[in-house]
Amino acid sequence: MAVSTAVLMKPPESHHCTNLLMNRLQKNITWILIAIVGASAVGGIALSRGEHINALWFITAALCVYAIAFRFYAAWIAATVLGVDDTRATPAERLNNGHDFAPTNRWIVFGHHFAAIAGPGPLVGPTLAAQFGYLPGTLWILFGAVLGGCVQDMVTLFLSTRRDAKSLGQMARDELGALGGTAALIATFAIMIILIAVLGLVVVNAMKHSPWGTFTVSATIPIAVFIGFYMRHFRPGQVLEASAIGVALLLLAVVGGGWVDHHEGLRTWFDHEGLTLAWWVMAYGFAAAILPVWMLLAPRDYLSTYMKLGTITLLAVAIILLQPHVKMPAVTQFIDGTGPIFGGKLFPFVFITIACGAISGFHALVASGTTPKLLANERDIRMIGYGGMLLESFVAVMAMIAATVLDPGVFFAINSSAGVVGKEAVEAAAKISSWGFPVTAMQMQDLAREMGEATLFARTGGAPSLAVGMASIFGSAFGQGMLAMWYHFAIMFEAIFILTTLDAGTRVGRFMLQDMLGNIWPKMAETSWTPSVIFSSALVVSGWGYFLYIGVIDPNGGVNILWPLFGIANQMLAAIALSVATGILVKSGKFKYAWVTGAPLLWLIIITSTAAWQKITSADTRIGFFAAADDLSGKLAAGLLPAEKAAIAPQLIFNLHLDAYITIAFVGLVWLIVFDMLRVCRRYLTGKSTPPLAESPHSPSRLVEDWVRD
Amino acid sequence: MLAKFKVFWQGVRQLSGDDAYERYLQHYAEHHQADGDAPLSKAEFFKKWQDDLWQGVRRCC
Repeated sequence: MAVSTAVLMKPPESHHCTNLLMNRLQKNITWILIAIVGASAVGGIALSRGEHINALWFITAALCVYAIAFRFYAAWIAATVLGVDDTRATPAERLNNGHDFAPTNRWIVFGHHFAAIAGPGPLVGPTLAAQFGYLPGTLWILFGAVLGGCVQDMVTLFLSTRRDAKSLGQMARDELGALGGTAALIATFAIMIILIAVLGLVVVNAMKHSPWGTFTVSATIPIAVFIGFYMRHFRPGQVLEASAIGVALLLLAVVGGGWVDHHEGLRTWFDHEGLTLAWWVMAYGFAAAILPVWMLLAPRDYLSTYMKLGTITLLAVAIILLQPHVKMPAVTQFIDGTGPIFGGKLFPFVFITIACGAISGFHALVASGTTPKLLANERDIRMIGYGGMLLESFVAVMAMIAATVLDPGVFFAINSSAGVVGKEAVEAAAKISSWGFPVTAMQMQDLAREMGEATLFARTGGAPSLAVGMASIFGSAFGQGMLAMWYHFAIMFEAIFILTTLDAGTRVGRFMLQDMLGNIWPKMAETSWTPSVIFSSALVVSGWGYFLYIGVIDPNGGVNILWPLFGIANQMLAAIALSVATGILVKSGKFKYAWVTGAPLLWLIIITSTAAWQKITSADTRIGFFAAADDLSGKLAAGLLPAEKAAIAPQLIFNLHLDAYITIAFVGLVWLIVFDMLRVCRRYLTGKSTPPLAESPHSPSRLVEDWVRD
Repeated sequence: MLAKFKVFWQGVRQLSGDDAYERYLQHYAEHHQADGDAPLSKAEFFKKWQDDLWQGVRRCC
């Protein structure tokens, strides 16, 4: 039947040719137009001076750059460099067991993959990097993603798909050797610890002395537990029904927080110092790691995924409807390294600060192991691997817009720590105005009242300023009357998936640690043996809890130290993933294409090494760890510190040293893996023996045959 | 319009795992009918499905 229709519909030969030509011409013209629009949008953003630029230019530039990269670069990599083969059965098909391995519709896999890779990272990084102005961050988000991050995700997904969905660490071990594998394992564990600490700090800073925020965020926990019981015992498997109830309860918690905030007696229950909140976050992380997944982790994850997808869509719609003007200058004077949010020059720190959204090594862990188990056909790798990261990059662009539509004075007032601008509102406002970003204490007071907060000065960590930005965008697009509601909705939205990453990360860390300890004492590797569970969970929580604690007591806000450390760790993981990929490309006889992963790898090595070098050797106390430690101990010895600061100084000094050694260890690990990769490549190119390619043999896909037959 | 909405809704159900049990029954009918064991009940299946889902890295930054 299908054949006969095709024959009937086939036009005469000459027509066919003209049609083909017209089609091709039309397609080419479309792509040329996209290129022109994209180039003028990027040019418009880059060259605009003085006048406020419309946020729509950012969206246009991003979409055009993504479209061209996806259509040409990604397609070329998939076809020529990787040699994607749609007749080859994927692990999902070959090992199909109906639950974890199962060939799945590509849009569904895309949804799962995107929900897994997009966390709070692409929201926080661009917000912090906006201190350099909108231009550097935006360009890095766009070009870092299409040339680096997307390539990493797609190539890793491809390699894992060809290796029965093996994890990155396993692939490193198989393809490079035991050294590479061990380094990848240690790096993954280290990044997990730093990541959780910094995310915990973001949540703590968002809840500090905010009864409304604290109530709403705490309410998400009993709501998640309730939904967990509902899905497991009351109405097993009714996932959507339970989630709908959960989302309704979450919105109710936002409204309820406003009520608590206005209640004299109740509000004191939820009005806490950062340190108290930090202890609670640690207790929560521990509980989440030892409780069964269905009780807290899984239901919270459902709720956070809906919130995430819903809010990001809403933000995109609001930006397109409202077309807000970006008020931040293209480039600020802080590119010289004196920025109030974090110290350090534009190069390399913009590339470290924005990791997620441009290139994020963490994605390699999802792209290997988790997603390949669902992939129905290799031809979907481009859409899921490359396309998924494009969407995350787009989220980062929106975060950049939300940060830069604020008055720059307000932006800096929210994000600069008290250690930099001073504790008093008037003093801080005067200092920020003196930089050329006018703001008054009065203006901040009014803004805080509108948002339902006591103060918005020195609310570091990125979440409050993003929430103010989102609230003003939502407020203008959907009604100004509910600013406080929108603000706390945005805080809840960020907190809920930060906490999801926090408990999922603690749990993964626990499994990894149990696995490692199992090498010493096999009993420890039993994931259901209670003493091992408690011991390893406690160890993981105290690992990140320590950094969280130091971050909270740090008078400069902690984000200043922890975020760059996180950025370096994340880029380091990306360097490991790209090293594995480059090594495999060379071993597959594709040396001439090795630059596809080799070039982003080289760039990552340059930026992480430069950043680490500056973090260790810089004499500027806001950049160099040792310089800051020496400065502090000098002041302590001379008795120049006020009593409260003197009491915590020894801890801060110890921590600065620790951070310095961790940075050295990170960079050492990266170099180790890169050299290991180069060693394997050289052996291969000179004809010596290397670990063989671990690719599974080709077996023809039956799904394709079915599809063709139908 | 209605057909499109149905496709969309099916996507939402699949993405969330709402129809996981139905898909399991289908997989069972296609591949394990001959094995002789009865398929899992919805509650049993859901337990197993949820526990399996959380092995490995599921969320990142």
